[in-house]
Amino acid sequence: MLKPTIGLEVHVQLKTRSKMFCSCPVEFKAEPNTLVCPVCLGLPGSLPVLNRQAVEYTIAVALALHCEIQPFSQFHRKNYFYPDLPKGYQISQYDLPFSRNGYLIIETEEGEKRIGIQRVHMEEDTAKMIHGESISRTSGYSLIDFNRSGVPLLEIVSRPDISSPQEATLYLMELRSILRTLGVSTANMEEGALRCDVNISLERGTRTEIKNLNSFHSVRKALEYEIKRQEEVLKEKGQVIQETRHYDERAGVTLSMRTKEEAEDYRYFPEPDLVPLKIDPPWIEEVRSRMPELPEDKRKRYKELGLFPQEAATIANNPELANFFDSCLSLGAPGKEVANWLLSEVMKYLNARNLSIIEVPLSPEGLVEFLTVLKEGTISSKIGKMVIEEMLQTGDGAREIIERRGLAQISDPVLIKKWAEEVIKENPDQVSQYRQGKEQLFGFFVGKVMKLSGGKANPEILNRILKELLLRE
Amino acid sequence: MKITLEIVKHIAHLARLEFSEEELKQFYQQMVELLDHFARISELDTENVPPTSGILPLYNVMREDNPGPTLPREEALKNAPEEESGFFKIPTILEAED
Amino acid sequence: MIFQPAHKILKEIRERNLSPVEVIQATLEWAQKLEGKLRSFLVLDPEGALAKALMLEEKLKKGEEVGPLAGIPVAVKDNICTRRMTTTCGSRILENFLPPYDATVVEKLERAGAIIIGKTNCDEFAMGSSTENSAFFKTANPWDIERVPGGSSGGSATSVASYQVFLALGSDTGGSVRQPASFCGIFGMKPTYGRVSRYGLVAFASSLDQIGTFARNVPDLALLTEVISGHDPRDSTSLPEPVPSYSKELDSPVGTLRIGVPWDLLQEGLTPEVKEAFEDALEIFERAGFAIEEVSLPHASYGIPTYYLIAPAEASANLARYDGIRFGLRAKGEENLISLYKKTRGEGFGAEVKRRIMLGTFALSLGYRDAFYVKAQKVRTLISQDFQKAFRKVDLIALPTSPTLPFKLGEKVQDPLSMYMSDLYTIPISLAGLPAISIPIALKNGLPVGMQIVGPALSESLIFKASYLFERESGLSNLKPPIVEELSA
Repeated sequence: MLKPTIGLEVHVQLKTRSKMFCSCPVEFKAEPNTLVCPVCLGLPGSLPVLNRQAVEYTIAVALALHCEIQPFSQFHRKNYFYPDLPKGYQISQYDLPFSRNGYLIIETEEGEKRIGIQRVHMEEDTAKMIHGESISRTSGYSLIDFNRSGVPLLEIVSRPDISSPQEATLYLMELRSILRTLGVSTANMEEGALRCDVNISLERGTRTEIKNLNSFHSVRKALEYEIKRQEEVLKEKGQVIQETRHYDERAGVTLSMRTKEEAEDYRYFPEPDLVPLKIDPPWIEEVRSRMPELPEDKRKRYKELGLFPQEAATIANNPELANFFDSCLSLGAPGKEVANWLLSEVMKYLNARNLSIIEVPLSPEGLVEFLTVLKEGTISSKIGKMVIEEMLQTGDGAREIIERRGLAQISDPVLIKKWAEEVIKENPDQVSQYRQGKEQLFGFFVGKVMKLSGGKANPEILNRILKELLLRE
Repeated sequence: MKITLEIVKHIAHLARLEFSEEELKQFYQQMVELLDHFARISELDTENVPPTSGILPLYNVMREDNPGPTLPREEALKNAPEEESGFFKIPTILEAED
Repeated sequence: MIFQPAHKILKEIRERNLSPVEVIQATLEWAQKLEGKLRSFLVLDPEGALAKALMLEEKLKKGEEVGPLAGIPVAVKDNICTRRMTTTCGSRILENFLPPYDATVVEKLERAGAIIIGKTNCDEFAMGSSTENSAFFKTANPWDIERVPGGSSGGSATSVASYQVFLALGSDTGGSVRQPASFCGIFGMKPTYGRVSRYGLVAFASSLDQIGTFARNVPDLALLTEVISGHDPRDSTSLPEPVPSYSKELDSPVGTLRIGVPWDLLQEGLTPEVKEAFEDALEIFERAGFAIEEVSLPHASYGIPTYYLIAPAEASANLARYDGIRFGLRAKGEENLISLYKKTRGEGFGAEVKRRIMLGTFALSLGYRDAFYVKAQKVRTLISQDFQKAFRKVDLIALPTSPTLPFKLGEKVQDPLSMYMSDLYTIPISLAGLPAISIPIALKNGLPVGMQIVGPALSESLIFKASYLFERESGLSNLKPPIVEELSA
């Protein structure tokens, strides 16, 4: 099989309160053309003024991606005509981008892998057009809503270091979790807050570009399809054509878009309505000091607590879960045990209901109390599963639930001895078989005693007493 | 550097301007003449000269991230050649020519 | 009354000897009398103006605070956005465009109590030197209605020169305030780039555009300029420095100034009439005790190619928004997007605008960008440096505004290059972003001649003072063209 070379170009909408170059609010469910002003409508005479928050979010992302932040950067006009581009140019960056040369780390099955980041730059989003499916093409018109026009975007371009569709997905997941941890974007692909174009070639081959992939699933499927297609092309005709392709989600295939006869000529030139940006070390450090711990560092810390790499990654890449986990740690709980419960019973519950940890009433304090109760031996792990499910549902404390439902373990040796003696008395055949050496019958006696105790007998004490009684002739 | 009528046609396409053949020839003549004159600047040595894109001594001009007033929709749409249910409306965007 | 300077009228209004309504009525009456002959205005708004005057009168009666221009009728070039009146930029493509907002300068004027009576004619999108590129009609020079008033702010210059208004705003990208001021025998100021907010000025070449002012004397000009100047958070290229009171500082002593003359630039194109008038003007300065010195601007003569590459390049992007989608003209019957664009823009723009879009698109296009656009940006640096060096030697620079007297209507329309050459002396200053005034220095063959006084960045106050001194020494202010004399007789 030929080795694929994949690069991703991701556009991320920043979660600022106002747009990039004007003060129109950024919202996603407003009535069409209600979040607009002369600037984002591109009316004659209007001028852009840069949003400081967008710049600081970009600094944070650049730092998180280990990029070199350029001390001097400038906006350029990228000129092309399209109805979703009100000024006839997009304010973007060209030869003086915000930052370059970074990387992010993905956790593959073979271990950590670095994916290079070529550049991170800022630009403005375009308007939204409604055509195609919602209005039939033959009816002959399109509608434009400028609410999205001018929303701040980051363009994050990876190096072609990705070598499988799985890695592409991991890259996107890692990127998403960085963006969410920083709180700079919802990074929601389905809502278009994170959009992805991919470049792919097979060893020594020509690359194709697949544009506008809008879900993790699409990215993986489109890449898988395209790898197969290019392999076949190489086998049969020997030459892949350099082109832009479109992924048809329903058919699960990539299709050639009309090839352009001419090279694109965006006639970039420095945006004269904006002045350059000079980003000095004090400003960078100020932003850095406000940054939360990044997934990459979290993973490292979690692994040191004894978590397996995959466990560490799952928690670290889910900012809400990571917060919960860290709160438990700060309450003094042992990481490994917290992780075991979070990743098994808690996640099972959340996934089944499509909920996030912050949407259920379970608190870190609650989980820590639960672990204490478990350690004290008040309940067994088996009962524990029941208790935690109820905690997730009601938010009640573990002790409260145990008491209310009478789930506490019975550790009274007198009581346990009484049940054990009863079992021994009622099963003389098994007792004599056991005493003749059929030791695997021990479990049978444990089961019987447990049943009598209603499942609440402390297994440790039960084992000890049962052994004593059985060995006593 | 010689510009050709073909180049001028391509430029007209990039700039999305329609010209009649006659107009185009006239523009072509004028552009040849003007660019010929403008090419004078090539005689200057600018080897170590930085380009000026703005003459102001300003950097980092920014606004705080505070949402402000927007245009009422009817104001936003009042100059629109065509509108429909709160949207700007345009003919189909089939790009047959490109 | 309308022949008085604005600062006198202001005093009369404040002292309640004159009412704003009286001033407006007299102004409108006179303006309408001349309008048929000169055609300064694309829109006149008598009702709106009167309503404003009435409101002001109420305020004055109640003794409320009124602004520094209270009751003064002014005109605004039609490439500056006004909510109340259409803003066409002299173009078919914006024929019925009513902006949903006011430019910052318009807000400032209104806050100062000025009354905008109309929008003035101009070359389409401020591209031209004669106002003949207006899509609607031509404006005449009040000194000779067969001649051009200059451009692109020709309507504003004519309206002030013919006493239709006391003051007017124009815009100056390569000389569009100074050259028409010179052609019409009035004062015109282009402030330092960044001094006046461009918010609401329809962009031609953003790195060069600057709103400028017209008046018939220096005190009026200084007052109007200080009212519209100042930092604007809506314009990222607006300078934060506070604005001195130019009008108050006029009376402070100017001292002995060194005036530089760039004779090397004046080798080219200068006509004998203008040369003579300029030399006489220098003598006036010398008599006033100023030292006249030669300065060298070795790269200034490359101003024309530099400017006509940079300005069109920026214009090609600035004018991309006229696409028939959100506002303005849309060609009829086009179903296909590309042809909709091409037809709309083909029909909506005039020849000069198309020529500059073509030049600019070419200068930025793949394969030519470095040789044309980037090269021009580098030469712009050299031109700026020339001025910096010169201002180490002298306080101000003086040079003629236009190499020629006002030319005849139609004389240069067919010859773009010769039209471009009329900006030879104004363009280098624009490229350097410096403040410059044009003041009347003579009448030759019954036609006005203007001189520029240029200073370092933010030296407006000094420029006004030197100009005021010249005005008093020469007695050349509040000039009355023959048509004004005739009609007022």
